[in-house]
Amino acid sequence: MRLSGRNLKCVRGGREVFSGLDLSATSGEALAITGPNGAGKTSLLRVLAGLLVPAEGVVALEGGDAELSLPEQAHYLGHRDALKPALSVAENLSFWREFLGGETKDAGRCLAAVALDHAAHLPAAYLSAGQRRRLSIARLLSVRRPVWLLDEPTSALDAAGQALFVDLMRDHLAGGGLIVAATHLPLGIDARDLRMGGAA
Amino acid sequence: MTLTDLANPTKFLALTARILPGLAGVTVILLAIGLYQSAMAPDDYQQGATVKIMFIHVPNAWLSMFVWGVMSVAALGTLVWRHPLADVAAKAAAPIGAAFTFLALVTGSLWGRPMWGTYWEWDARLTSVLILFLMYLGLMALWRAVEDPSRAARAAAVLTLVGAINIPIIKFSVDWWNTLHQPASVFRAGGPTLDKAFLWPLLVMAIAFSLLFITLHLAAMRNEILRRRVRSLQMMQASRVSFTSETGGGSQATASNEIGAA
Amino acid sequence: MSALGALIRRDIRIALRVGGGALIGVLFFLTVTVLMPFAVGPDLALLSRLGPAILWLGALLASLLTLDRLFTADHDDGSLDLIVMSRTPLELACAAKALAHWIAAGLPLIIATPVLGLLLNLDGTATLAVAATLLAGTPALTFTGMIGAALAVTLHRGGLLLAVLVLPLSIPVLIFGVAASQAAISGPLPFGTPFSILCALSLASLVIGPFAAAASLRHGLD
Repeated sequence: MRLSGRNLKCVRGGREVFSGLDLSATSGEALAITGPNGAGKTSLLRVLAGLLVPAEGVVALEGGDAELSLPEQAHYLGHRDALKPALSVAENLSFWREFLGGETKDAGRCLAAVALDHAAHLPAAYLSAGQRRRLSIARLLSVRRPVWLLDEPTSALDAAGQALFVDLMRDHLAGGGLIVAATHLPLGIDARDLRMGGAA
Repeated sequence: MTLTDLANPTKFLALTARILPGLAGVTVILLAIGLYQSAMAPDDYQQGATVKIMFIHVPNAWLSMFVWGVMSVAALGTLVWRHPLADVAAKAAAPIGAAFTFLALVTGSLWGRPMWGTYWEWDARLTSVLILFLMYLGLMALWRAVEDPSRAARAAAVLTLVGAINIPIIKFSVDWWNTLHQPASVFRAGGPTLDKAFLWPLLVMAIAFSLLFITLHLAAMRNEILRRRVRSLQMMQASRVSFTSETGGGSQATASNEIGAA
Repeated sequence: MSALGALIRRDIRIALRVGGGALIGVLFFLTVTVLMPFAVGPDLALLSRLGPAILWLGALLASLLTLDRLFTADHDDGSLDLIVMSRTPLELACAAKALAHWIAAGLPLIIATPVLGLLLNLDGTATLAVAATLLAGTPALTFTGMIGAALAVTLHRGGLLLAVLVLPLSIPVLIFGVAASQAAISGPLPFGTPFSILCALSLASLVIGPFAAAASLRHGLD
């Protein structure tokens, strides 16, 4: 499987964020997008996720499920956690499991994997920022998607949480997945570096 | 400071656990006596047996206003003295007050059916009670809208006090609006001149309903205190990180202390 | 299909829990209805003549005000991004959200109608007629209002802008809703004619609403 973007250009609010950008990543490979604030890391991820339409260029996924588009085969972990404080931890996770569909894993085991199984019945409102992030990560585990698009995935996680997430990313890559992550901090796994910021 | 904050609700729980059964018993007995006396009271020469609805309507109408008074005092307690039980009292009173107000409305409209020929007449008194009911519902919606009870408490306290100042103004306006459109209210017929045969059952019922309010209010306050304890225990449980033994053990110890105190 | 079921269940659950706005819509409906007699006077004959119109206006405003949060909440916490990306067609997801909203916020309005009919001196037939027209017409309000809610979320403006966008769109529903109620109460038109048009409006909005909302969400996200 190969994710590629060719000659991508993104314009937001009349300002050119980046242009002429090429990228590619294959199964089992992680691509770390680095660069200063405002370089367009989040915009690039949102272009890959199909949430932003690029002004120029194309994004393609070869070797995936031919019936599905790239966004439909991708997980997007953004700044916002997509959690409802009024619902319990388990309800939040099982909603995304049912809604996203496809190949799913047992919700209880996914919660245990991110060390939130003790809080399954509690309202998500009671979780700290780091725990909310863990719960979002449990979403990536509970539904299988080959492509992970991660925006600052380790922010808000403590040292133990970061170590845990590194293991989960390794498992994902070993299982033939691919990861594109925008990050300031070292990811903790072998990753090809894509430096942004010179373009704009 | 935290010690006194915790001590008060705990003492309150212990105290109310002792007096609630007795209070409930007295309430039931008084209610039974009041209802019996109401049933035995003679029919009114004008209104017939319908006059007996008054025995339930009047205590409910009186409590609908009294409860708002209780909440206003509690609101002062929240805003001025920051008493830990004050917002519990205010929150617990709102649904009970709304229920009494609702009963006053229902009994009033049941009484109105034979008098006016319709279940609802925009009579000045009933209309004022209806507006009071809407204000109770608004207050309950405010309590429900905010998840954190201590944040909701201050907003609700301000609204309660504004309501307390506004209720007489609303009452006056409604009276004026009503007299503008129609002659004196029918309700006044059953008003101040009451026969002794009616006065006694009414008095007993008024006391019984007041006791009923106190009983329900204390029980609801207990529930609210316990509900808040459950909430803080849950928050403690959420912050317990299961795989790091030191922090997990620490917060578990606090949690069991908390249960011990309760 | 289980994805849509999950979305509907989640939205209803959130609406009914602490902080959800489902019952506030009913309270608003009640308050607006109670305000009317203070403006027009307590004359029962007049009120029963105006009753269907008052109830329809109240229901219209109540369902409009609760629509404000339909997409905003999901947009603010990032859920909307995942819904847009998912394998469920966005049109169906929008329809599911609107249906959940109607069940949680629209149905209670219809259930409250008999009580309000009592306050406005409507008799049994009139109350039944208003409730039936609301049942047939409020889906149209929700599904056309959804378009405004989707536009408002992509423009990052809510509240009054939504009202200004949606109110003109709901005029036909108001016309035929009130006409059908009046026809059932006093004639001279047969009830069936305006009521069928009202149902047709609802059915048309069931189709147009999700497509328009999905289109504006797709092109407006950033």
